Amino acid sequence: MLDVSNLAVYYGEHQVVSDVSFSLEKDEILMLVGPTGCGKTTILNVLAGLVPIHAGTISLANWRATAKQLIPPEKRQLGMVFQDFALFPHLSVEQNIYFKLKRRDRAEHWIRLLGLDAHRHAWPATLSGGQKQRVALARTLAHDPQCVLLDEPLSNLDAALKDSLRWEIRDALKKAGVPAIWVTHDQEEALSVGDRIGVLKGGRLHQLDTPERCFSEPSDRFVARFLGEASFLPGRLSADKKIAMTTLGEAPAIPINEACDNIDLLLRPDDLSVHQDEKGEGYIKWVRYEGGARFYAVQLEDKDIELRVRVNHEQQLAPGQRVSMRITTTHPLAAFNRL
Amino acid sequence: MKTIPLSYLPSALIAALAIGPIIVLAVLASESAQVFDPHNIRVMINTLTLMSLTALGATLIGVPLALFTAYVETPLRKTWLVLLTAPLAMPSYIGAFTLYAAFGPGGEIDNALGLSLPAVRGMPGAVMVMTLYTYPFVLLTTRSALRSLDASQVNAARTLGMSLPGCLFSVVLPRVTRGIAAGALLAALYALSDFGTPAIMQVDTFTRVIYVEYNAFGLSQAAMLSLQLLCIVALLVFIESRVTGTKEMPGRPLRLWPGRWQRAVMVSAFLPVLILAIMLPLSVFSLWLWREGSGNFELQYAFNSAYASLLAAAVAVLLAIPVAHAAIRSKSGRVMERITYLGFGVPGIVMGTALVYVGLQLPWLYQTLGLLVIAYVLRFLPLAVGAVRTASERLDPSLVSAARLLGARPAETFRRITLPLTVRGIVAGAALVFLEAMRELPATLMLGPTGFETLATYLWRVYEAGYFGHAAIPGLLLILMSVLILMLMLSGERRAEIELSDP
Repeated sequence: MLDVSNLAVYYGEHQVVSDVSFSLEKDEILMLVGPTGCGKTTILNVLAGLVPIHAGTISLANWRATAKQLIPPEKRQLGMVFQDFALFPHLSVEQNIYFKLKRRDRAEHWIRLLGLDAHRHAWPATLSGGQKQRVALARTLAHDPQCVLLDEPLSNLDAALKDSLRWEIRDALKKAGVPAIWVTHDQEEALSVGDRIGVLKGGRLHQLDTPERCFSEPSDRFVARFLGEASFLPGRLSADKKIAMTTLGEAPAIPINEACDNIDLLLRPDDLSVHQDEKGEGYIKWVRYEGGARFYAVQLEDKDIELRVRVNHEQQLAPGQRVSMRITTTHPLAAFNRL
Repeated sequence: MKTIPLSYLPSALIAALAIGPIIVLAVLASESAQVFDPHNIRVMINTLTLMSLTALGATLIGVPLALFTAYVETPLRKTWLVLLTAPLAMPSYIGAFTLYAAFGPGGEIDNALGLSLPAVRGMPGAVMVMTLYTYPFVLLTTRSALRSLDASQVNAARTLGMSLPGCLFSVVLPRVTRGIAAGALLAALYALSDFGTPAIMQVDTFTRVIYVEYNAFGLSQAAMLSLQLLCIVALLVFIESRVTGTKEMPGRPLRLWPGRWQRAVMVSAFLPVLILAIMLPLSVFSLWLWREGSGNFELQYAFNSAYASLLAAAVAVLLAIPVAHAAIRSKSGRVMERITYLGFGVPGIVMGTALVYVGLQLPWLYQTLGLLVIAYVLRFLPLAVGAVRTASERLDPSLVSAARLLGARPAETFRRITLPLTVRGIVAGAALVFLEAMRELPATLMLGPTGFETLATYLWRVYEAGYFGHAAIPGLLLILMSVLILMLMLSGERRAEIELSDP
């Protein structure tokens, strides 16, 4: 299985990947997420052998690459789905998918499975974005890779298509039974599709875990903010470190990085309730109507803190109204050391 | 970790070769005693007069035509555009030759129609011919600037009560001055470096005088004059590099729907240009063909032309590939590419002078086909580099990565992906070099081996001997070459430049 350890990559003097390690199970999908320039695409190019590494090792079933021992891309048995699809413009859909194949039955399997039968003689330039993506995927899977790399496969498609194609690609990867690394900058895509998520920033893996744990127990405030709306409320941790006490009530807590005593509690918008109350702790700063829900920013008055809360759309509050808030959640909340 | 790409060594060598002629000229000119004499000043004034009047004439014809082809909705728009840009593809000596023969007492028009028109000779004749064959530069650059302007300002001005001609003058044209200037500079450059037209019209410009000096064995004097000419060329090229720049956000261009009689007026206003630049040469050559047959034209001349040009095209493309690759890869590669572009700015007569001197130093090279091919390659290499470079730039690098990841080795990737996707550009580059070399006159005259007659040199000998009627077949063949060049420029690489694809 794919195994990466202590990977380091430089562009000139600039280090773009530092000390990245992970390994993939046999049909696991790992989502690499992070802001622009965090090194996620570089990691894919490095795995594919398109960019040299400066330290560390990458190994798959029958090869092992290090800084000294370069393995050319064609020897790596990796499949890659490019952001711009990289279909060969002078070859038809069928010729693209058959590119290096001697036996065509596997190609036929993917052509049928991805619904490309009608387009097999078409030229890439005549296809829609979604069709191009399917051809690129079929071409990659038909070549029977040991592992598939996907570089922001949905970023060149329009919003309506993104959602359905996301699941189509996931299903195909699971049917092929190969591990995959899927790079995206869309945190929602990462949370919903991945078996595991790796959050990158500045070339470092900040957290590598299941989507649930990354979301509810982020390893640091960057991960907490990157994966979703995050507010931080000061409080104290009980002696046994299991309960957090705040001005908005008590809640079960999980200390992060051995946090103790003075903490900031991570609150997601659905962890809170809000009610109109003339003697409340704060007032409504602004409101966004979202159809099924309303999203409020509440300014707490005694501390300079803004909390964000999402409630049912039936609960209507106007900016400036005084409100009181409570922590309503029963699941444990992440507690960080106070900065 | 960083390795120097394989393409650098050949590129550096080619770049060094391209500088060669200029160094040779400098060495040669240092032998000349006379730096500047009264005759020299007259030549300079003639050259600058021809250059400025050509630029002016090209602007006066080119700008109205640009407005017409950019904005006026008329049937056969694209056909008009192709016809109006066609003179660009013809070598101006064809026009000079036929206008010289057609006009004046005893000319072909006098003979055929009994219409005694004033002769086209001297400075006015040279300016007229140059203008007829260079206005398309202004037409193209101005038109593309006009097409990128948004119509809303004109519409706003008109709703505020300004007339359409007023709008064109005070709202539209001020915004395309850069485009006009770029075209006028190109016309000026052409007028500076052209040999055939001033020679036929007997105007003592640099190019003609250099040729006269060369024939009188004044090679170092020719070199001195060449350097002076190169200085003016360099100045113009420098100005040109300053002109391009700020652009407006492209928008929907203006569209005008003239009435029937308005259209008729416009068409009849520019029809004389087409008649003089295209119809006249065609009919004069056809007339000669009908009257005097093939003369003593031998098919061998055409074969000679094709043979030398084919060699030049092949060599140019082979050299262009490493230069284009180096240019895409790095900054130093781009510098080398720029250096190879020098040849394009060096007038053919100047290139000829430099290489004649080289030939005299290296007797084994003098009077060989090899030297002529070198001249062609140095002059037209930029055409090949440009074509190869655009084709390779369009190749998305992820296609190569994709092929490698699917299991293709580098050699197979080159054969199955890179080559098929760039071969069109390479062929187009070779074809451009071939066609340009076929029409090249001054360097061929100076460097062709004795007895090696080509279409262009044969036409020149016919002019010198005064047997104009014998020019029919080479003239028509050269026009055919020009048609092919035009088709090549309009298809493929240059399409965007000429914007034939717009509605």
